[in-house]
Amino acid sequence: QSSTRHDTAQSEDTQQQIIRETFHLVSKRDENVCNFLEGGLLIGGSDNKLIYRHYATLYFVFCVDSSESELGILDLIQVFVETLDKCFENVCELDLIFHVDKVHNILAEMVMGGMVLETNMNEIVTQIDAQNKLEKSEAGLAGAPARAVSAVKNMNLPEIPRNINIGDISIKVPNLPSFK
Amino acid sequence: MLVPSLKVQDLIEEIRGAKTQAQEREVIQKECAHIRASFRDGDPLHRHRQLAKLLYVHMLGYPAHFGQMECLKLIASPRFTDKRVGYLGAMLLLDERQDAHLLITNSIKNDLSQGTQAVQGLALCTLSTMGSAEMCRDLATEVEKLLLQPSPYVRKKAVLTAVHMIRKVPELSTVFLPPCAQLLHERHHGILLGTITLIMELCERSPAALKHFRKVVPQLVQILRTLLTTGYSTEHSISGVSDPFLQVQILRLLRILGRNHEESSETMNDLLAQVATNTDTSRNAGNAVLFETVLTILDIRSAAGLRVLAVNILGRFLLNSDKNIRYVALTSLLRLVQSDHSAVQRHRPTVVECLQEPDTSLSRRALELSLALVNSSNVRAMTQELQGFLQSCPTDLRADCASGILLAAERYAPTKRWHIDTILRVLTTAGAHVRDDAVANLTQLIGGAQELHAYSVRRLYCALAEDISQQPLVQVAAWCIGEYGDLLLEGSCEEIEPLQVEEEEVLALLERVLQSHMSLPATRGYALTALMKLSTRLRGDNNRIRQVVSIYGSCLDVELQQRAVEYDTLFRKYDHMRAAILEKMPLVERGGPQVDEEAKESKEARLLEAAPVPTEPQASKLLDLLDLLDGPSEDAQHPRPLDPSPGGALVHLLDLPCAPPPAAPIPNLKVFEREGLQLSLSFVRPPETPALLLITVTATNTSGGDVTHFICQAAVPKSFQLQLQAPSGDTVPAQGGLPMTQLLRILNPNKAPLRLKLRLTYTHFGQSVQEIFEVNNLPVETWQ
Repeated sequence: QSSTRHDTAQSEDTQQQIIRETFHLVSKRDENVCNFLEGGLLIGGSDNKLIYRHYATLYFVFCVDSSESELGILDLIQVFVETLDKCFENVCELDLIFHVDKVHNILAEMVMGGMVLETNMNEIVTQIDAQNKLEKSEAGLAGAPARAVSAVKNMNLPEIPRNINIGDISIKVPNLPSFK
Repeated sequence: MLVPSLKVQDLIEEIRGAKTQAQEREVIQKECAHIRASFRDGDPLHRHRQLAKLLYVHMLGYPAHFGQMECLKLIASPRFTDKRVGYLGAMLLLDERQDAHLLITNSIKNDLSQGTQAVQGLALCTLSTMGSAEMCRDLATEVEKLLLQPSPYVRKKAVLTAVHMIRKVPELSTVFLPPCAQLLHERHHGILLGTITLIMELCERSPAALKHFRKVVPQLVQILRTLLTTGYSTEHSISGVSDPFLQVQILRLLRILGRNHEESSETMNDLLAQVATNTDTSRNAGNAVLFETVLTILDIRSAAGLRVLAVNILGRFLLNSDKNIRYVALTSLLRLVQSDHSAVQRHRPTVVECLQEPDTSLSRRALELSLALVNSSNVRAMTQELQGFLQSCPTDLRADCASGILLAAERYAPTKRWHIDTILRVLTTAGAHVRDDAVANLTQLIGGAQELHAYSVRRLYCALAEDISQQPLVQVAAWCIGEYGDLLLEGSCEEIEPLQVEEEEVLALLERVLQSHMSLPATRGYALTALMKLSTRLRGDNNRIRQVVSIYGSCLDVELQQRAVEYDTLFRKYDHMRAAILEKMPLVERGGPQVDEEAKESKEARLLEAAPVPTEPQASKLLDLLDLLDGPSEDAQHPRPLDPSPGGALVHLLDLPCAPPPAAPIPNLKVFEREGLQLSLSFVRPPETPALLLITVTATNTSGGDVTHFICQAAVPKSFQLQLQAPSGDTVPAQGGLPMTQLLRILNPNKAPLRLKLRLTYTHFGQSVQEIFEVNNLPVETWQ
């Protein structure tokens, strides 16, 4: 399972191949080696390298070109993971699998167009929280008509008598349409 | 009635529940059918959920193009939830190559001008990820307005979007340059980070911008100083270093501004010294800053003392126990090896030690750096180390290591004998990984070293006797034994132990090579020819050789069969000429290594019809032999001119009668100009050879940035013959530096109208450029 973002246009096939190759290269790495990987035919030629960090069962892999600071990217990955941890409250692998869209949203607050946007964790988390609140409130409003319908369906309406006899006045109650 | 659709999480769970690939496919196909139906029915409430599912499935590699239009609808919806998924979908599905991508331009425009902050953020994010050139042009003004918005959140995104826009549409630099001065006064780190990235992009694209921004060096120095001492905010600190990301970016910008500029370099000198000495290196963040500082110091016109400090820091890092630090140190030293060669040389022993690293990323870097450090004084020691490395290194590094050693040997060989020994050792250790021209080079080398013929043939014979599997080695050995077989039998040679070899043994060895299933067809060709040559070198009777030759006359391999038949004929019908034909070969001239490169590059160009410059002396030697068999009256001593193209164009040149009077000089033609790089052609028609046109391509560079990796290729119509000679270099230095020249020889025997197409590839201002164009307005004197 992997979550990926490609910032350059590539065919779906190529994207999948890149993912497979990345997985292959990274999973071969020992524990005591450095976090930088080169080579790999599809990863943009010799100018690009893979920088990865290993957390429990997960690898976070960033593909960067030679203009990025390698050590800086290591810190960036750390900030990303810490941010995920804060947003998901003790993030685990399943969180990332089942909430891929949230992962995308968080990443979008840190990296944009292939460039670093924001590294202050508090700012990122504040923004994400605000957006999530917005979504929740919209879900509340949108859910209202559906909830109303189902509430009415389930209401127990008292029987309306067809004829109300009040002494000698006879009032005929019209046939009201049923609520069903 | 609405069919209740799966929530995204439920779908994910189903997919994960699938036990096989086929099952997964089934689940997904079923769900996609539902999604498609839902899109058709146009259910607005659940559209975002359907698209979210589709995007998940897309991530797994399944097609999702039918969701493209839904992205548009979602983006146009007023709800944030819809927009969020819609924009994400746009980023994942609607890249530039899809026709539909332009349709979101209008929605983005509306969102940028009227949306809430969050919505503006979404729009900017999408624009900076997949915005095409047309989109960028349309939306530039909107983004520009947002640079002045009160919200820092929006502004920081707008700044980075501006960077993307400039990359797509360089003319927009004029729009985004003015706001930079203002933006640099921001206190918000995100905006500052983006602004500095923007300024770097502007400077890299235009020397005028670079000049303009030199003014802000003092301001940048101030920002960095403040970060170091008080820090803007503790919020941005990583392991105790205040906002290392911002520090690194500032340092990179300072590097660009200070390069080749005394005044700016001086302004930043003190600050750089301060950072270099005060940064806490116990954690990664500090090291990241320190490294960037070192790179900046070494790239600008810094004081000598500071440079020494910087290289020493790198040296210290090379000894650090942290592998990442060592890796970055090796990478940085590689960058310096051209400019500060002697400083880097001091660390050679440490670098060589790094070759022993089990980590391939590190050993690869160490290999590159080691090869770059070889010079004439350390070549013996370094080659020794590298040979050791070659024996044990991982397979993906072998080819590089082998060719690196061979190249270094060629450049710095102290003696011919050492050179031959070195190549021999490489072929024995890693024969399968050497480049094709190694064989030709070695035979050339041996052929030219007459005093070493005996030595070479003995060493090669011993090597071959031990192992007949390494093809390049076998080929060279077979050739050598064939040429110098008589020296092999003569018994004494001072330089190695005396070797007693019998004729029968030699023949047996060659026969083994011929018969071995490990031998490539080319190798067997060498062996057969060698056997044939031995018929005149050895003193015994030739029955054994004749037998072998006649057997191979019915070999299935056509090439081998042809040779065998011809040799057989030589025995039977032309025996009187055999000795003359099989005499020792004269030394064949070959092109230098640059010409080899040229030939390789021309061969690789699929678009062009340029004829490769001939560099295969081996092939032509065999050609000689076969040609000579056709024309028995020709003298074996004069080698044919090297030309693999069937027409034998150069022969025509020699045949042409003498000449018409010299023609008037043809005017030069300027054919290309881009950002300061100019290409012009000058023409010469030598009077003795009317069919020949010599074109000199001259490349000059008046811009502020060097042009590197420059390759020029040419193509002409089929009736012409084209030869590209090696260029004078592949770099055209900036600001009117030494121009690069390249000679084209065009033969036009039919006097057809000349058409010429040129293809240029190069790097300029950090961008790769490729240009293909036809040369217009060629003067008629070039072909008439």
